[in-house]
Amino acid sequence: MQDVTGVNVAQSGKIDPMHQFAIEPLFGTDHLSIGGFNIAFTNSALYMVAAAIVLWIFVAGGMKRQMVPGRWQMSVEYFTGFIRSLLIANVGEGGKKYIPYVFSLFMFILLANLLGLLPLGLFGLHPFTFTSHFTATGVLAIMSFSIVLIVGFWKHGLHFFSLFVPHGTPLPMIPVIFPIELISFMVRPFSLGLRLFVAMTAGHVLLKVLAGFVINSANASPLFGFTVGAASFVLMIGISALEVLVAVIQAYVFALLTSVYINDAENLH
Amino acid sequence: MDAEAAKLLGAGLAAIGAGIAALGVGNVFSAFLEGALRNPGAADGQQGRLFIGFAAAELLGLLAFVIAMILVFVA
Repeated sequence: MQDVTGVNVAQSGKIDPMHQFAIEPLFGTDHLSIGGFNIAFTNSALYMVAAAIVLWIFVAGGMKRQMVPGRWQMSVEYFTGFIRSLLIANVGEGGKKYIPYVFSLFMFILLANLLGLLPLGLFGLHPFTFTSHFTATGVLAIMSFSIVLIVGFWKHGLHFFSLFVPHGTPLPMIPVIFPIELISFMVRPFSLGLRLFVAMTAGHVLLKVLAGFVINSANASPLFGFTVGAASFVLMIGISALEVLVAVIQAYVFALLTSVYINDAENLH
Repeated sequence: MDAEAAKLLGAGLAAIGAGIAALGVGNVFSAFLEGALRNPGAADGQQGRLFIGFAAAELLGLLAFVIAMILVFVA
C-alpha cells in the first residue's frame, strides 16, 4: 500500500496499522469551507461531539442534589470529588475555582480515550480516537498553558518571572538557572500534549499490528494460525485491558499535570 | 549504506530508548511500592507524586517512539 505521497509505507501484510488514524470528512461535507478554510465535519469531529454528548448525559443524569444519592449521582460525585481532592492536594484552597475546568478536561479526555477503544468495528463502524492526533491534544495542552499564563500574570504581574528563579539561588547562578527554567517552562504545553497523543497512538498501533499477526498467520497456514495467531490473539486481549488502563492513567496524568502547572501560577514556588 | 536501510536501523535503535524508559517506569513504581510497604499510612498521600514521576519517565520512552515513527513514516 502507498500513502498519499506515493511512498511505500511500513505495513504488515494487507493490514495498514496507520490507516485507523486517517481523518475523513463525513456526511458529504468535504468542501464545506469558511473564508477558504475547510471545515468539513470529520470522523474526528464526530467523536469529539460524541464524547461531549456522553459527558453531558453523564453529568446531567447526576445533578439531582438528592440528600441520599442514587448510583448515578454517586458516580458523578465520585469523579467531581476526585478532581476536587486532586486540586486541593496540588494547589490548595485556591484551586477550587479550577474544578469545573479540570473536571471537564479530565472527563473529556477519559471519554475520548474510552470511546476510541469501543469494539465498534464489529458493527461495521470505524472507531476513532481523536486524542491520537496532536492537533487535538495540542489544543487541550495550549488551553491549560494559557490558563497558567493568564492567571500567573493577572495575579502576580511581572513578579511571575520569579518562577524562573527558584528560592535561594546564588546570584552568580541566576544567568544559568533562568534560561534552563524558562526552557523547561516553555516545553510544558508541548510535552503535555505529546504525552497523551503518543500514548494513545502507540497503543492503537500495537493493537493493529497484533491484529495483523492474527489475520496473516491464519491465512498463511492452520499451523501458524494455531501457534502464532492464537498467541497473538491472547496477547491482544491482554493489551486491550492494558489500553483501558492507559486511557484512564493518561487522562489522570493530563489532569494532574494541569493542576501542578496551575499551582505554579497560583502560588509561584 | 542505503538511506532506506539507515532509516529503518535508526527506528530500531530508537526502540532501545523505549526499553530503557520501561526500566525507568519500573523503577518509579518499585521505589514507590517499597516505600509504601514500609509506611502504608503515607502511601495514599503520595500517589500524585508517583504519577508525576511516572509521567516524566514515560515521556522519554514516548519520545523514542515518536522518533521511530518519524523515521519510518515521515523522514
